[in-house]
Amino acid sequence: MTPVVLAKSVLLGVPLWLFVSSLLTFKPAWLKHLVSIAAGVAVALAMVTLIPTGILSYMTTFILMASIYGVLSLGLNVQWGYTGLFNIGIAAFFAIGAFTSALVTTVKPTGFNASFTQQAFGLGLPFWVGLLAAGLMAGVLAWLIGKPTLRLRDDYLAIATIGIAELVRLVFQNERWLANGPQPLRGIPQPASCLAGNGCSWLPGFVNDFFAPLTPRDYPFVYVAIVALVLYVVYRVLERAIRSPWGRVLRAVREEEASAAMNGKDVAAFRMQSFVVGAVIMGIGGALYAHYVVAIDYGHFDPLYGTFLIWVMLMLGGSGNNRGAILGAFVVWGIWSGTSFVVDLLRPTLAAISPDLPSRGPYIRFFLISLLMLFIVLYRPMGILREEKVVSLDRDLA
Amino acid sequence: MRLRPGERFQRVIGSPIAMYVVLGLVLVALVIAAQVKGLSGNLLFSLFVRGVLLGGTLALGAVGVTLVFAVLKMANFAHGDLMTLGAYLGLIVVALLPKGAPLAPFSFGYEFLVAFLLVVPLVGLVAFGLDRVAFRPLRARRAQPIMFAMAALGLAFGIRSLVYIFWGADFTFYYSGRARPAVELFAGVRVRPDQLFILGLAVVLIVGVYLLLERTKIGKAMRATADNPDLARVSGIDTGRVILWTWLIGGGLAAAGGMLYGLDVQLRPEMGWWLLLPLFASVILGTIGNAYGAMAGAFVIGIVWQMSSAFINPAYGHGIAFLVMVLVLLVRPEGLFGKRR
Amino acid sequence: MALLRVEDVQTGYGEMQVLRGVSLTVAQDEIVSIVGPNGAGKSTVMKLVFGLLKPWEGRVTFDGRDISGMAPEKLVRLGLSYVPQVDNVFPTLTVEENLEMGGFTRTGSLQEHKERVYELFPRLAERRRQRAGKMSGGERQMVAMGRALMLDPKLLMLDEPSAGLAPLLVDMIFEKVVDINKAGVAVLMVEQNAKKSLQLADRGYVLATGQNQVDGKGSELLSDPEVARLYLGG
Repeated sequence: MTPVVLAKSVLLGVPLWLFVSSLLTFKPAWLKHLVSIAAGVAVALAMVTLIPTGILSYMTTFILMASIYGVLSLGLNVQWGYTGLFNIGIAAFFAIGAFTSALVTTVKPTGFNASFTQQAFGLGLPFWVGLLAAGLMAGVLAWLIGKPTLRLRDDYLAIATIGIAELVRLVFQNERWLANGPQPLRGIPQPASCLAGNGCSWLPGFVNDFFAPLTPRDYPFVYVAIVALVLYVVYRVLERAIRSPWGRVLRAVREEEASAAMNGKDVAAFRMQSFVVGAVIMGIGGALYAHYVVAIDYGHFDPLYGTFLIWVMLMLGGSGNNRGAILGAFVVWGIWSGTSFVVDLLRPTLAAISPDLPSRGPYIRFFLISLLMLFIVLYRPMGILREEKVVSLDRDLA
Repeated sequence: MRLRPGERFQRVIGSPIAMYVVLGLVLVALVIAAQVKGLSGNLLFSLFVRGVLLGGTLALGAVGVTLVFAVLKMANFAHGDLMTLGAYLGLIVVALLPKGAPLAPFSFGYEFLVAFLLVVPLVGLVAFGLDRVAFRPLRARRAQPIMFAMAALGLAFGIRSLVYIFWGADFTFYYSGRARPAVELFAGVRVRPDQLFILGLAVVLIVGVYLLLERTKIGKAMRATADNPDLARVSGIDTGRVILWTWLIGGGLAAAGGMLYGLDVQLRPEMGWWLLLPLFASVILGTIGNAYGAMAGAFVIGIVWQMSSAFINPAYGHGIAFLVMVLVLLVRPEGLFGKRR
Repeated sequence: MALLRVEDVQTGYGEMQVLRGVSLTVAQDEIVSIVGPNGAGKSTVMKLVFGLLKPWEGRVTFDGRDISGMAPEKLVRLGLSYVPQVDNVFPTLTVEENLEMGGFTRTGSLQEHKERVYELFPRLAERRRQRAGKMSGGERQMVAMGRALMLDPKLLMLDEPSAGLAPLLVDMIFEKVVDINKAGVAVLMVEQNAKKSLQLADRGYVLATGQNQVDGKGSELLSDPEVARLYLGG
């Protein structure tokens, strides 16, 4: 058991620990976590020792990306799953989050570099500030768009969110001064990258020593732990919220049971709260994405990747169910990545049909995802996991 | 009934007249802004004319959106991509036919006309077929609106992926490399002859839709079904046939709009998606479900879109359409011709 | 022989049972009126006959054919016509277009039928180009009835034709019902206005709590003090 194996296992153990602990239900909590940490690290150790390095790092980035999409899917679940709000412009909040965090955490380039990368500002603040700012900005955007549209019929909200997503994308495409226009905004810092480098000054020496064998190429192992923690925190907060009186009201708003119990003003307020909370989570998801890919441009927030894929995830996983939202993210990201293999395998066949086809492989995957959506809508409208029956006092009394 | 001042204010801004005043003010503001910026009235007028031309193409798409909404009570987010499909199917036909000389003064040859005549009914049938596959099962089980929206998005992205697969992501033209000179129409307003053809054809089709809805039995039945679907069934109206015609007309006009837009501007896989916002803006402005309202809305949106390009980056064109839509939603969500609920 | 026969039908909406055993018949040229208190299931009977609800138990026959749960568009072809209580016109269509929609299943010219409706309701002839949505309640009721007559039905079903109308108009509408009946059309109607409708009906059914309670000649029901006390509000 070499030091590098240990270091990787501890990091990869984090998502596994959180996964196991969310499956276990027994009390007390400390015992549950003790058991799941042991199980998570053990599984991680087995994975790191048994699986070849290439495949292992592929799996790590897979968990990483799926977890980021899991955050986005949870955000949508708040809006659609719990309150029935029709957001077809997830990409807007995704993009705002990503660009906000990028601008908050990068340093505005000076001198020679400034001619390559223009940006409105660069605050050089830490990652967690970027994360919060991303959530805040996405929330503000949601408030602005929700104000005129949330009181209208669902279809209007849908088209308005499509519009806002296009507008946000257009702004980031055309405004060079803001975030480097059509060129990518580069150099977004990777949080705790020092752990997979020269060691972090803010950590005690023995921790740095423990992770010292990691090289920058192993950074995904660090980031997967961070993303998994964020996903877990979001998940737990939502589970709490949905079982609170607030969550009960949200469901009542969706079922339109609310009309009798409360006046229209309150309904509007709750719809707005849910829309903003969902958008904040999407913004955080955007920030997580930006700090992973390091360079972002408007093209990353195309309605296909930025909105549609996330809807497929939530619908497949099961709307109204937070676990379903995360499960859907993993399954659909799995299908998405899997089709990439298939398309790669088919490369010679495609080339034989037409020399242009191999380079258009990604679109074949898009096509398959579209078919998947149609399949879900027609044959599996409830998704894999049905909505949980949450104990609701209101309904029992009614 | 006594109204609080706020409510009275709401009533006043919500009235159709106020809406026309707002639209008028937008136009006046554009003209004043042009004066301030020192733009020539000529340029502005040219943009206005181009806006009318664009409005004609938009109207063809918007009518379909609003008819489908009226008859089937669903927002068809795949409508823009039906336009894309029409444009690219037209490209296939044009490419297959032996090239003839351009029909002067236009830039296109007979191939384009043949393609138009073939593709318009074809896409109408395709639209109906897609309804059979994707939407009819949802209607049968009385699915929630979200399911219709997602099915429509699935179709939209599916169509767009097919276009990407067959033609790649680049833009293209019906007649690559052929010159499309503009001629002076009057008073320094320059347009391409193609654009006059496009507007003329759009107007013919719009009149056709009008006649169909007002004079034919099936057109009246479509309006009746839009008014009151239950009563339509009770009256013995064959709703299946109404739905068939709704898609034939909606899909056919979408294809026509797509081909004409492609002839005027260019063909791009994303063209339909980008047109979706102006289409819905037109439909909402002209009151959802009102075919004539959608046409009127399309011309307004087309004009505002083009004229705004004198002041801001033209890349924001469809963003402007979106802003107009938000304005309408804020002031009078039921549109120009709707009744206050 | 009875034209319409409802045989011991039970039905309802979703889980909620509304009709608990209703039977009635309408003969070839009768006017039959269903009366009873609110919530008795009167309108439900109409929806049941017109295929908008399927019977859970029992059956409905028309002209000797089982029509239980048959789709409205088919019933129309058999000679049934139905005027719902509310939303019974196409508001953005003109009066004339409303009538044409009533005759949708007919392939030939509708001119003759339209003329007959205009004869019955001269008021509509004057306003044939007017949009139905802009008309008064009484005029709408005429449009709705005219629409339902366009296919020469054997049986006309009217759901509360007098609801919300001024007293003068109520009388006028009821007179028209009698005229229509004289022209050879059987009429089945549901009425809130029990006294008036029983006066002109050949026979009446009193419906309460989803069951037939009493039936008989219209005039007999009216004069029955028990019926009056229990179901007609004195």
